[in-house]
Amino acid sequence: MILVLAVVAGWPLLRTIWFGFTDAHLANPGGAVWVGWDNYLRHEEDAWRGLLADPLWWRAVGNTLVFTLISVSLETLLGLVIALVLNASFALRGWVRAAVLVPWAIPTIVSAQMWSWILNDQFGMLNDLLLRLGMIAEPLAWTADPSLALLSVILVDVWKTTPFMALLILAALQMLPRDCYDAARVDGVGPVRTFFHITLPLISPALLVAVVFRALDALRVFDLIYVLTPNSAQTMSMSVYARQQLVDFQSVGAGSAAATMLFFVVATCIAVFLVAFRGRLEPGANG
Amino acid sequence: MRLIRGAAAALTVIVALSACEARTPGDDAGATLAISCGAVGQEFEICRRGVDRWSAATGHRVELVSTPNSATERLALYQQLLAAGAHDVDVLQVDVIWPAILAPHLLDLGPVAGAAIDGHFPALVENNSVDGRLVALPWFTDAGVLYYRQDLLEKYDEAVPATWRELAATAARIQSAERAAGDTRMWGFVWQGRAYEGLTCNALEWVASHGGGTIVDADGRVTIDNPAAARALEGAAAWVGTISPPGVLNYAEEESRGVFQSGHAVFMRNWPYAWALVESDDSPVRGRVGVAPLPAGDAGRPAATLGGWQLAVSKYSRYPALAADLAAFLTSEAEQKRRALAGAFQPTIVALYSDPQVTDANPFFARLAASFDAAVARPSAATGVHYNRVSNAFYGAVHDVLSGRRDAADALADLDERLRVTLGEGS
Repeated sequence: MILVLAVVAGWPLLRTIWFGFTDAHLANPGGAVWVGWDNYLRHEEDAWRGLLADPLWWRAVGNTLVFTLISVSLETLLGLVIALVLNASFALRGWVRAAVLVPWAIPTIVSAQMWSWILNDQFGMLNDLLLRLGMIAEPLAWTADPSLALLSVILVDVWKTTPFMALLILAALQMLPRDCYDAARVDGVGPVRTFFHITLPLISPALLVAVVFRALDALRVFDLIYVLTPNSAQTMSMSVYARQQLVDFQSVGAGSAAATMLFFVVATCIAVFLVAFRGRLEPGANG
Repeated sequence: MRLIRGAAAALTVIVALSACEARTPGDDAGATLAISCGAVGQEFEICRRGVDRWSAATGHRVELVSTPNSATERLALYQQLLAAGAHDVDVLQVDVIWPAILAPHLLDLGPVAGAAIDGHFPALVENNSVDGRLVALPWFTDAGVLYYRQDLLEKYDEAVPATWRELAATAARIQSAERAAGDTRMWGFVWQGRAYEGLTCNALEWVASHGGGTIVDADGRVTIDNPAAARALEGAAAWVGTISPPGVLNYAEEESRGVFQSGHAVFMRNWPYAWALVESDDSPVRGRVGVAPLPAGDAGRPAATLGGWQLAVSKYSRYPALAADLAAFLTSEAEQKRRALAGAFQPTIVALYSDPQVTDANPFFARLAASFDAAVARPSAATGVHYNRVSNAFYGAVHDVLSGRRDAADALADLDERLRVTLGEGS
C-alpha cells in the first residue's frame, strides 16, 4: 500500500519539487540545470525577482483564497439547508434526491461552458431573465466586468458543488440516533433549539470533514476559471498561474515552483483548519 | 500538481498506444493522416473540402482534428503534443507568429515547395524560414480590418471613419440615435478584448497607429513605455461601456462577430474571414456591410496587425512525405484560389490578386491593399521563444487598463520593466 502511494503520489510530488529548483524547459525537460531557489526568489539588478516577488502570483493567491472562503461558506450553508429538507419525508423524496445531484454529475468543463453561455452579456439567459424581471436596467457583462468576474465564478461553483455538500451532510443526518429527538419532543423543545443543540453538534464532525474536502478542492480550482475567464488576472487562481508558466511559457522550472508553492499553501490552510477544530473532529467529542 | 500528474498520465497513455501500433516504414498505401484545421467560422468546412480533394486524388485517408478556436490555447496544445513527440497530428495549421517557437519540431519543407515558393509574398516566406529551413508553407494571410454598416452610415449621412477619433464620434452618434429609435441593444464598436493573443493584435493596432511602436523593436529593445502608447490605450479604455459593450473585455473573434452579424453593432474590428459569413445567405446584415482599412491614429497612419496561417509538417509524423505533399497541395495556387472564392481567405500567392475571378468574388481585396501596406508584424521575430511571455504580459497590462483597474501610464511602466526582465533572462 505504501509502495503504491509512493509511486502514484510521492514520486510525482518529489519530481515537481525537484523541477522547481531547476531551469527545466518543456521542450527539453532532460537538460535541466539546478538553480537553487532562483525560481522562488532571487536578487538581480537591485530588484527581487522570481515567484515570491511576482505581484501576479500574489494576486492569484488572493483570488484563490477569496474564492475558497466565499464559495465553501455558501456551499456549506446551502448544502445544510438542502440536506435538512431532503432528510424530511415527503412524496417523491427519492426522485428529488437524485435530481439535486444533477449539477454535481455534469463534468465541470461542460457546466462551465454552459454557464459561459448563460452568463454571456449579449445573448445570455441570465441577463434576459433579470431584464424581464426588471431587476437590472441593462445587460451585465458577467464574465468581463472586473467587479463581477470573480463573483460569477463563485456563483457557478456554488451551483455545481452544493449538491456534494448536501449529500455528505445528508449522510450524517441519516445516522443520527432517533432517541435524542424523541426525548427532546417529550420535553417540549422547539425545532430551532433542537437543531442548534442536537442536530448541529452531532453532525459537526461530518460537516468539518466535508468542509475540508471542499476547501482542498476549491484551493486547487482550475477548470471552471479557465473556461469562464481564461488568462484574466482578475480571476486567475494559483492553478491557472502554474499552468500558464508550465504550458504557455513552457517553463517547467517556474511552473513547478508555482505548483510546489500551491501545494504548501493548500497544506498550510488545511493544517490551520484542522488545528483550529481539532477537538471537534474526534468521534464522540462534544463541541 | 494535479496538472503534472495528469500530463504524466496522458504521456503514459500516448506512449503505450504508440507502442501498440505496428509501424511499417515504406508501406504508405492507404495511409491515414491527420491534419489540424482551424474551426473559426466556416474554416473547418472549407478545409475539409480541400482535404477531400487530396484524398480522392491520392487514395489516402485524412482525418481532421479540431483544435481550440483561441490561438493561445491552440499553441499550448501543439506544444504539448510536439514536446511529447506525439504522432497524432501530421500537418499542423500554425499562426504567423509560431514558426520560430515550433521550428525544432517541424520538417524543412523547402525541397517539397521547390520553385513554387517564389510565388508567395516574400515577407511570409521569410517569416516562415528559421535558420535557413522553410518550416511552414504560407496558406492564407490576413490583417485586421474595419467592418461597417453601410446602411447605417448612409442613414445618418456619415463617412467611413479615417481616424479612431472619428470612429468613436460616429459610433456614439449612431448608437444613441438608434437606441432612441427603439433598438436598445445597438452598440457602436465591437472588437476583441479578452485577455488572449487577439487582444495583443487589437492593442498593437491602436499603439502602432498612434506612433507608439511595436512593443519591442526589431533589435529586441523594449519600447512600449511611451506617451503615444499610453494615449492609445486610454482612448480604447474610454470605449468600454460607452460605444463598446462592457462584455467586450471577454470577447474573442466569434463573440464580436456574433454581435455585429446579428445587427447590434455599427463597427467591428475583425479579420477578413468574417466577410464571407456576414455576407452569407442567412446573415441578417447581408448586403449592408462594408469593409475598410482600420482608422489612423494621431500618427496619421493606420496600422493593421499582420495575421495569417501556415501549414507545417510535424517531425514526428509517420508519413512525412505524404504529409508534406498534403501541405503542398493545400497551399497550391489552385487550392488557394478555391478558398478565396469559397471563404474569402486571402491568398498568399501574389498572382491571385490579379485574377479577375478572385477580385470579382471579393471586391474588398483591392481595397485592402492599403491594409497590407500598413501591416504591422507582432514582435515574434525579435523576441523568439519569449514571444509568448511578451504577448501575455502585454495583453494582461492592456486588459487591466481597459477594465479601468489601472491607468495607462502606470501599467505601461510596469509592463516595460516586466518585459526587460523577460527578455534579459534569455540573453
